[in-house]
Amino acid sequence: MALASTETTATTIDFGPAAALSCRECGARYELGPSFACIECFGPLEIAYDFGAVSREQISAGPTNIWRYRSLLPVPADVADKPNMAPGWTKLVRADRLARELGIRSLHVKDDSGNPTHSFKDRVVAIAVEAARNFGFHTLSCSSTGNLAGAVTAAAARAGLDACVFIPADLEQAKIVMASVYGGKLVGIEGSYDEVNRFCSELIGDPLGDRWGFVNVNLRPYYAEGSKTLAYEIAEQLGWRLPDQIVIPVASGSQLTKIDKGFGELIKLGLVEEKPYRIFGAQAAGCSPVSTAYRAGRDVIQPVKPDTIAKSLAIGNPADGPYVLDIARRTGGAVEDVTDEEIVDAIRLLARTEGIFAETAGGVTVGVLRKLVAEGRLDPDAETVVLNTGDGLKTLDAVAGHARPTAVIRPSLDAFRAAVAG
Amino acid sequence: MSVSVRIPTILRTYTGGAADVSGDGATLREVLQKLDADYPGIGARILDENGKLRRFVNVYVGDEDVRFADGLDTATPPGTQISVIPAVAGGQ
Repeated sequence: MALASTETTATTIDFGPAAALSCRECGARYELGPSFACIECFGPLEIAYDFGAVSREQISAGPTNIWRYRSLLPVPADVADKPNMAPGWTKLVRADRLARELGIRSLHVKDDSGNPTHSFKDRVVAIAVEAARNFGFHTLSCSSTGNLAGAVTAAAARAGLDACVFIPADLEQAKIVMASVYGGKLVGIEGSYDEVNRFCSELIGDPLGDRWGFVNVNLRPYYAEGSKTLAYEIAEQLGWRLPDQIVIPVASGSQLTKIDKGFGELIKLGLVEEKPYRIFGAQAAGCSPVSTAYRAGRDVIQPVKPDTIAKSLAIGNPADGPYVLDIARRTGGAVEDVTDEEIVDAIRLLARTEGIFAETAGGVTVGVLRKLVAEGRLDPDAETVVLNTGDGLKTLDAVAGHARPTAVIRPSLDAFRAAVAG
Repeated sequence: MSVSVRIPTILRTYTGGAADVSGDGATLREVLQKLDADYPGIGARILDENGKLRRFVNVYVGDEDVRFADGLDTATPPGTQISVIPAVAGGQ
């Protein structure tokens, strides 16, 4: 059922410090609106800001969620007062046991499985919901590899918006259940994520999708900014310092691009000391268009057809891939990939050393971290952060064959001695 | 016999608001040339100054991304549905 906000909104558009949309390719500027591609060159639009004075004290006094950074985001000052999922401020876990196992000195895991729907997607969706409100949209939608669909339907439920989300029909069952339980419509598309994405892009131009906010398409400039909060939190949780090295998963490449943007803003605003940092991108070998281009020294991405257990990273035609290449090369990082076997192994490694059960995307980042250390491409003495962006409970099938009961016995001491303790 | 071209919202200023227009040509390159003749200026929005597909535009002939086929030389038999879509979408 559509809300009162379907009729032209009486409220004025308020995006806080956001000043305009700006084309990342050619620099053309546009008024803030539900636009996502440059009319001149098709380049992606992103938010340009006029930041006021922002201090560490002001941020620290804010709520323990992403809204503590509201003066750095395209949201109004009162954003925290409206019904929302209040995501973020997830744990930055000091990972000494994993560091020792890998042979590095200082390691933290930014564990974003602690978000309300158990993935980093709650961050980006929270910003998109505010944009949808601003534009008077009645339905929240997305193309999703699973995590996003759940984040959108949950946030829509809380905000009182309709939801209609699209996923590849063959997703993990946990992600399908999670995306369905919050109500709204969940539509499985017979095809890959890239085909779902294409479908949504066409739906936007059709009357069927009128007044719909597709969080990762026509609201994408706003939505994507939510990933900057990962950068802000990591820096604040390290004591207002940037890490030396960070390993980030790459699907479309948006998250990595925005974390770099976030670090850059903190430096520019004087909230952290300027220092070099190296950004590493992590892909699954079964969907590695960006790492392949990186290795080949190319700056153009050749799309691939994904085949990997890391379904949340299975985007064969990554829109922000070229920017990931630019950033990895500019910062002295790299883009690397690991096989499905290495992903499963890394999930188990993180679980048994740090008690963190990551979804396959977390297996990808930890696996790539391990590979980079082993190959001497990551400085073992530098302060390192690795991202886990989702919860292992959503991708149980990936590890089910490896994680079983040690034994099943009768309730007797003899049986236990014989099976386990003996 | 012609082909059908789906126009993205941001290029509909060239087609008088039309979402679908008919085109003609044996390859995608020819279809885009004809499209530009019919709707002057639209070609330069899809192709860059070197005549290549712009980095952030996806073109589908039928269900196939032309980057998986023969690019601008992809055959466009009569009745083909061609879609031009901004590449800006996606997840993590």
